[in-house]
Amino acid sequence: MEKKNQPLQFDDDDEDEVVLFGTWSSSRCTRVEIALKQKGIPYRYVEVDLQNKGELFLSYNPVHKAVPVLVHNGKPIAESLLILEYIDEFWSDRGPKLLPEDSYQRAKVRFWSNFCDDKMIPATFQMVLTGGKAEEVEKAVKEFDELLTLFEQGIQRDLPATFSTHRSDDGGEAMGFLEIVVGINVCNYAAIEETVAGMIDEAKHPAFASWVNAIKEKPLMKELLPRHDQLVTKIKGMLASVP
Amino acid sequence: MADQGEVKLLKTWSSLFGLRVVWALKLKGIPYESVDEDLTNKSDLLLQYNPVHTKVPVLIHNGKPICESLVILEYIDETWSQNPPSLLPQDPIQRASARFWAKFMDEKALPSMWQAFTKKGREQEEGLASIAEKLKLLEAELEGKKFFGGEEIGIPDFALGWLVNLVPVFEEILGLKIVDEERHPSLSEWSRRISDIRVIEESWPPRDKLVTKWAAIRDHFLATARASSG
Repeated sequence: MEKKNQPLQFDDDDEDEVVLFGTWSSSRCTRVEIALKQKGIPYRYVEVDLQNKGELFLSYNPVHKAVPVLVHNGKPIAESLLILEYIDEFWSDRGPKLLPEDSYQRAKVRFWSNFCDDKMIPATFQMVLTGGKAEEVEKAVKEFDELLTLFEQGIQRDLPATFSTHRSDDGGEAMGFLEIVVGINVCNYAAIEETVAGMIDEAKHPAFASWVNAIKEKPLMKELLPRHDQLVTKIKGMLASVP
Repeated sequence: MADQGEVKLLKTWSSLFGLRVVWALKLKGIPYESVDEDLTNKSDLLLQYNPVHTKVPVLIHNGKPICESLVILEYIDETWSQNPPSLLPQDPIQRASARFWAKFMDEKALPSMWQAFTKKGREQEEGLASIAEKLKLLEAELEGKKFFGGEEIGIPDFALGWLVNLVPVFEEILGLKIVDEERHPSLSEWSRRISDIRVIEESWPPRDKLVTKWAAIRDHFLATARASSG
């Protein structure tokens, strides 16, 4: 069954063909699914086997060969933050916008999204790379805690409305860019807490903790976040393979 | 033209990231005040306005700071959207592509160049192979186009500006050719086109000062490597 190597067939009378190439455990991929679903955009999901990527997938992201890739009417867009911006721009009339209208706030959201991807996610991954060794875990927890302090203080300074649980005029269910980008990692924090160590001191970071805990309860998050038991199994496997 | 408020740019005399913002402001005709920082002795202004990374450039618009050069460029484009040129295409697919290549310059090409420049021996060879591979991709992407976004200059071109003024400096210090007409005809033509743009040409930091600065940086990294290998 080599379906994934067939060219994508589009019916002529379809308005839009949207295909998302992703992997189930990647928070960068889940981000895109949440954005598509929140905006009510129909799409087809294709799970990529990272050990056997297939020519079709590679043709859509020859530069990085990484997930996620969104293919819209045959045209590929790579990199999750760019995909989210594309979704917001192309389907600007569908549902609430992901990015704020004000250009200063947009700059802040982009800055803190970059901070999440460039600093917080690698530090999260580092927790697993410790292989569970006590001294290294302690160091990794401390490093993440410092980043969390910067993030929490920064958001409170730059985007003070973010941490409030009731958002805008749509009843509070729709998520914005930052909630989708950062909040998605809540499943990783939970799985790492069970397998390695707790990452978030809730007493020290009450604003961040209550924010991500509220995000975890949103219907789309409950529907699309990777399952906790599956993530735990995966992380245990990764821990075992650390020398 | 609407009142555009007070614009201040914190940078250094040589920062390749700061230079991008200078080009954007100048091309769009936005008056601004320039403050050159000494990064060995950071000003209170810099520490206050970029407490997270304490890096330049920082754009301060009516007292509000924006950090990270690519974020600043998008901010400028959105805030002064009535001032031509547009720094990004209008079409969402082309915008995504422009942003993709700008990120590629910073996250892939520049680190490869850095490794080739600050290392020696096998690590340097790996860096040189890596930058050669990145340039090949950029050459293929640029082929047949005036600029990375098509007919008009834009954010990905700004992001690669260091290829035009800094890489010749690196080549002089290393005694190596990294970009050449034969392997990179499109990039070479693009470099000439970029240099012909008046506001870009007049903004280049002085070359002799750059050679002195970067030669010292390379020496520092090589000495550090020697010291840590005992």
